[in-house]
Amino acid sequence: MLLREVEYARPATVDEAISLLGSHDGARPLAGGQTLVNVMKQRAAAPDVLVDLADLDELRSIGFSSDGMLEIGAMVTYAQLEGSSEVDVARPILAEVAATIADVQVRNRGTIGGNVCVSDPTNHFPPLLAALDATFTIRGSGGERTISADEFFVGVYLTAVGEGELLTTVNVPPSSGAGDGFAGLTIGAHGTYIVNAAATVSSDGARVAIGCVAATPVRATAMEERLAGGDYSEESVRAAADGLGASLDPPADVHGSADFRRHLAEVSAVRAALQAAGRRK
Amino acid sequence: MEPVTSRTVSVEVNGEHIEYEVPARRLLVHFLRDDLGLTGTHVGCDTGNCGACTVHLDGEPVKSCMLLAVQAEGTKITTVEGLAADGELTALQQAFNEHHALQCGYCTPGMLMSATALLARNPHPSEEDVRVAIQGNICRCTGYVNIVEAVVAAGGGK
Repeated sequence: MLLREVEYARPATVDEAISLLGSHDGARPLAGGQTLVNVMKQRAAAPDVLVDLADLDELRSIGFSSDGMLEIGAMVTYAQLEGSSEVDVARPILAEVAATIADVQVRNRGTIGGNVCVSDPTNHFPPLLAALDATFTIRGSGGERTISADEFFVGVYLTAVGEGELLTTVNVPPSSGAGDGFAGLTIGAHGTYIVNAAATVSSDGARVAIGCVAATPVRATAMEERLAGGDYSEESVRAAADGLGASLDPPADVHGSADFRRHLAEVSAVRAALQAAGRRK
Repeated sequence: MEPVTSRTVSVEVNGEHIEYEVPARRLLVHFLRDDLGLTGTHVGCDTGNCGACTVHLDGEPVKSCMLLAVQAEGTKITTVEGLAADGELTALQQAFNEHHALQCGYCTPGMLMSATALLARNPHPSEEDVRVAIQGNICRCTGYVNIVEAVVAAGGGK
C-alpha cells in the first residue's frame, strides 16, 4: 500500500522527541507501529510528521523505582514483557496478558505505550492497568506529571497525553500478595475482545475493570463494594456481579448485541475475580 | 533535527550491507520487493493479518507490511532468500518439501520465517509450540496440518 506522504524524524533523546512533537503541527509519535501504520494505510489517520521513538533507549527499560513500583518504559514491547524477570516477580499478569495479544510478529513490535495511547476500547491493557491501579507518567516541555488510569483514558482513541507530550512510563504497583485475573471473550483464539474484564484481589479488597463496554475502562464499583467483606466463594462473587451488566450501556455491533455484552461483562468479571482470588498469597 | 520525507537507510539484508534512500512513507515490504528485488517476501493482505510478508528483524519475526523501511534503520534483516543462501535448503525447507507443507505456496515464505525463528529459540518444538508460533501466518490451502508436521519434524519430533 502506498501511504500518503509523511515526514519522518528519529530523535535521539526524549527531550528532542518532545520538542519535535511540540513544534510541528500534525506530528505523532511512532512506537511499534502495529496500529498506526495500519490506520495510515486505511487513511483513517494522516499524520504529517512521524516522530519515531525507536532510538529512545530510556523508554525501553523495565525496572523498579525506589519505592518498589514496577516502571515499564512506554516502548517496552509485548515480547519484552513476556520475557521480563522483573515483571515475573512483581506482576506476572502483565506477561500473561501480553502473551495473548495478536501473534508473535505483532508482539515483537507492539508496545505497552502504544497499546494504551491508542486507547482502543477493545485493547487488553486499558482495563488491566485500571484494575492494577497503574499510573502513567507523561512528559512535556513544561515537565512531567503522573496520573491515574481514570485520568489517563479520556475517550475512544483519546488519552490525557496532549500535543507536544509523550507517555514515558507506565508504573504498576507490585502485587504484594494480591492475585490478578483477566478474562473475556475474543473473536477467534487471540483476536479482538468482544468484552474483557480484569480483576485484582488483595487484603484491601477487589478492583475490577471492564473493557469494550464504553469508551474507556469501566470500574465495577458496586461489585467491588459487595466483595469488601472478603468472601470470594463462587456464589458470593456471582452475587456481587449481579446487576453489573444492567448498569452498563455497551455498544452493539456485528459481534454482539448490547445485551450480549452486558451478559459477557458479568461472566467475565466473575471469572477474572475468581481467578484473582485464587491467586492471592 | 528536522523531519524529512526521505532518508538514507543503512541496513544489512541477508548478510549484505545496504545503504539506500527511501521515502519515509515506503513500507519495508515494498523496499525489499521493489527496491531490492527480493520478491520472495509476499504481500498477502497488506493489513497485518496474514503474515505472508514476515521477515526477521535482528533475528525476530515481524510483519514487513506493518513497518516503514526507515524504521528498520540499523537492523539486520533476513528474508526468505537468506535461508538457503548457499543454495542448499535448510532442514526446515527440506521438511516442508518432504511433508508436502505447501500447496499454492503464497504463505510459505512467511511460514518459513516464523518457523525458522521458532526453531532458533526452541530447537525441538511441540505441535502446540508450532501452532502458537505460526498463529500470525494464515494459510488458505493446507489446513495447517502438514505445515505443523513439517516444523515439528525439522525439530526432530515426529
